[in-house]
Amino acid sequence: MRYRRAGLAKVLACTAVLAAAATACGSGGSGTSPDGKVELTIATFNEFGYEDLLKEYEAANPNVKVTQRKTGQAAPHHQNLFTKLGAGSGLADVEAIEEGFLSQVMAKSGQFENLKDIGPKDVKDDRWLKWKVDAVTTKDGKLVGYGTDIGPLAMCYRKDLFEAAGLPSDPEGVKALFATWDSYFEAGDKYVAATQKPWFDSAAQIFNPMHNQAKVGYYDKDDKLVIETNDDKKIFDQVTGAVARGQSAKLAAWSKEWEKGFKESAFATKTCPSWMLGVIAGNAGDAHKGKWAVTAAFPGGGGNWGGSYLTVPKQGKNKAEAAKLAAWLTAPEQQIKAFKAKGPFPSQTEALTSPELLDQVNEYFGGEKVGLLFAEQAKKVAQAQYKGPKDGEIQDNVVSPALTSVEQGTSPADAWKTVIEGAQKAAK
Amino acid sequence: MTTELTVTRGRGAEPRPPRRDDNDDIGPEKLGWRHRLTHLDVKFSPYLYIAPFFVLFALVGLFPLVYTAYVSLFDWELGADETPFVGIDNYTTLLADSQFWNAMVNTLSIFAISTIPQVIIAVLLAALLNTALRGRTGWRMGVLLPYVASLVALTIIFGDLFGVQYGTINDVLEAIGFGRIDWQADRWWSHIAIATMVNWRWTGYNALIVLAAMQAIPRDVYEAAWVDGASKVRQFISITLPMLRPTLIFVIVTSTIGGLQIFTEPLLFSPSAGTSGGATNQYQTVVLYMYESGFRSLNLGYASAMAWVLFLVIIVIAGINFLLTRRLASSGEA
Repeated sequence: MRYRRAGLAKVLACTAVLAAAATACGSGGSGTSPDGKVELTIATFNEFGYEDLLKEYEAANPNVKVTQRKTGQAAPHHQNLFTKLGAGSGLADVEAIEEGFLSQVMAKSGQFENLKDIGPKDVKDDRWLKWKVDAVTTKDGKLVGYGTDIGPLAMCYRKDLFEAAGLPSDPEGVKALFATWDSYFEAGDKYVAATQKPWFDSAAQIFNPMHNQAKVGYYDKDDKLVIETNDDKKIFDQVTGAVARGQSAKLAAWSKEWEKGFKESAFATKTCPSWMLGVIAGNAGDAHKGKWAVTAAFPGGGGNWGGSYLTVPKQGKNKAEAAKLAAWLTAPEQQIKAFKAKGPFPSQTEALTSPELLDQVNEYFGGEKVGLLFAEQAKKVAQAQYKGPKDGEIQDNVVSPALTSVEQGTSPADAWKTVIEGAQKAAK
Repeated sequence: MTTELTVTRGRGAEPRPPRRDDNDDIGPEKLGWRHRLTHLDVKFSPYLYIAPFFVLFALVGLFPLVYTAYVSLFDWELGADETPFVGIDNYTTLLADSQFWNAMVNTLSIFAISTIPQVIIAVLLAALLNTALRGRTGWRMGVLLPYVASLVALTIIFGDLFGVQYGTINDVLEAIGFGRIDWQADRWWSHIAIATMVNWRWTGYNALIVLAAMQAIPRDVYEAAWVDGASKVRQFISITLPMLRPTLIFVIVTSTIGGLQIFTEPLLFSPSAGTSGGATNQYQTVVLYMYESGFRSLNLGYASAMAWVLFLVIIVIAGINFLLTRRLASSGEA
């Protein structure tokens, strides 16, 4: 009842008001304003830091007028995106895509322009980190989006709790603990034995980066579900084993309880993408200032969590102009300005060497040079794992709940059975 | 033609003023046209006045309803290039889908433990509010406060109350010697927690509707009963309840429809506002599952089929409740 195709409804509505100006029934305007300017729209969510940049672009290109549509959160933004993709009209000329929804977008890559065809020719793949470009390139070599920001992973940990448990606590000393996942869980056992308190926040927060480091994800390159034969069972057993040994605080990420967990010192380590520092500072509060630390190490190498792309949907009017704008916004110089405005961590190789980025320090985390630290971590990401069509759904709606159920008392064997069934159902 | 214009109407039989003073230029054919127009006006204007509702309803109510039925016959992935016709496949898959039946049981369970106590408490609350209380208006406004409060604020408060590790209720339970309750993991307790949120929000609202109906009951009926020596309880059972019947039917039917469409509470009760309704779907309702299928899995055809099945279930249950209420709250003999 609540589902209807916006397109058809719009046709009806437009028929009803046929007498009214017919231009009102186009998709997002006619593309040019009365004074002959090219009109572009760009749809983003959260904070991309584009406000001043768009003014700058308009000043440099007097024939272009850009309107930004902002949505507060990523989920409604993408819901709108998929609905209007289905309707065939109503999208902005440039649409931002978040990494977590990328697999669903890539499954519909036919509805997006190949930026290699319509984008400025001087934009080359080597503008970005290789894994960032690979993730948005289709099997037949089409480039669906230009990378904006990333979320390179490091480890955050509580210095004071480590000291109390007799573990090394300075950023260099802890690197050995965070060398591999084996050493990470081993240190966790020591910590639990010494303090009787959990080591990490929740199983899903550990499983996801481990899974993403694997060569093969839920799908192979032929889009066949391989969850039964890849490394996931091994990873699942490793994580649920740690849960059984008391390492998990069983606090589901983003819940009220999880937020409170930071204040209550409920866990000692946190998998930590660059944008998590602000989240930790906000949740843990001033009382824990200087107690949290971040180190340039992540078990099993590197990893990424989050970050976005700019795409040009095929349904737009001024696709070449839209691609030009997207290319300009994702150039290293602009991304550094966006980083200074709102903090999204740049994905462009050149931006990662910018002094403005490398000199960034974080007072809450003991004055650590976090810009430099995360730039290093970004280079450690080995490859972009291939993500099949229902990848995000399997991760969020199948595997993560199953891990939570283990934390709530389901046996790992039963939970794994649920994972297999759920993944097969999702992939059908 | 002048007689036509000065015909007497209404009370007082005062002649209506002629419509135009200089009526000498009106030709007979022109008057005929006006006359016909007036006739049409009287005949069709009422329909025109109520038309906006029906046009709007057709556009945003009926059309989506019919279109949903149409979509449910396709393998309709949101944003996909092709949407092949699959006939009733979505329905057969749905009826064999254990997650759907699990969601149906959850919905009925949450519905039962929310709506039943809610309506009973609402009627008793209304009876209390109907007595000679000091500061009556204050009390009456007070019961509506939970309804006015923002649902999101409510969720934060209930999130604090029903937190598993740091929740207030668990702290209190532990302090007085009971064990902590895992509001998230345990199916039954999670239903209770969600039903509590629903009741908190809707009881006062329903109480006010019932109260309005109570005040419409003529006093002399009570006075007659009092003279005959009927107790307060007897008066309540034999006068108040039967005379509330139309309102109770309304309250019960709307609560049934609302109760079977519970969505926001279980969505926000899940720790990170996920659509799975708990780690093992222990509190996923049908509407939540429908939302998950449509907007998380982007499987609109399947979600539409679910919407229609739920629609039919609601009609059946609302119908049963209608008949039951008519029976229970009838005037003794019938």
